[in-house]
Amino acid sequence: MKMRMFAYANMPLEEEHVTVTNVEQAAELIEQSETPEKEKMVLIAASGDLDKAWPVMILATTGAAYGMDVTIFFTFWGLSILKRPGAGLTGDDWRQKGLSMFNRGAPDGLQLSKLNFGGFGTKFMKDLADEKKVASVQELLELAQQMGVKLWPCQMTMDLMGFDRSDMIDGLDEPAGAGSAISLMKDASISLFI
Amino acid sequence: MSDKVIDARNLQCPMPVIKTAQGIVELQSGQTLEVIATDGGALSDIPSWVKDMGHTLKEQFSEGADHHFLIVKA
Repeated sequence: MKMRMFAYANMPLEEEHVTVTNVEQAAELIEQSETPEKEKMVLIAASGDLDKAWPVMILATTGAAYGMDVTIFFTFWGLSILKRPGAGLTGDDWRQKGLSMFNRGAPDGLQLSKLNFGGFGTKFMKDLADEKKVASVQELLELAQQMGVKLWPCQMTMDLMGFDRSDMIDGLDEPAGAGSAISLMKDASISLFI
Repeated sequence: MSDKVIDARNLQCPMPVIKTAQGIVELQSGQTLEVIATDGGALSDIPSWVKDMGHTLKEQFSEGADHHFLIVKA
């Protein structure tokens, strides 16, 4: 019944090109016209600290659970969250290599921003999270990908730090820049810089 | 009685809400999902999610450390 109403309403006699000829086509058109656009959530992940990456991933997965269209834009040290484990030294320039030496990155290699104590603080925190069944950044990142969260690496940061796509985890979206991020945030009901 | 039960016990934020969201997609409108969680945050998070998504929280009760939520899908 719905299909019929749609077809009649949209089929002016003069315009043959809108004639709906089969049921599948009609159903597809109805779906397009009746699916309300999802609310958007944009997170700017600018930090590679464990205590920042964690809330980014928690909010992203929760936004997806709210049926939102979630995009995370990874820039500056935030890009290290997407580094492939074991990527090693990245870049061609000695300065890029040097920076990557002291910023191991990868979802499982992030460190606390304070009380790190040469990695002991991070280990304590991770052990506690494990005991208390708090999902890790790595687990949440995989979950986010399953839930359709879009992961955008910042192209400029990739160039600056000498990151190649092969240095990063699989399943990322195309690298983008500030313009794409602004276009997305203009339409988003939630935008956060973390 | 519920049509599906999600056991989110011992899971921390944000997992109870995420498990609830994942569980409800398998149900038809009008069917009931029961979620059991031990996370104290779920006491406010799950009702907020239910309200925001337009579903109905038919019943909520706690038995010891277990919090039960009966959600009717919109």
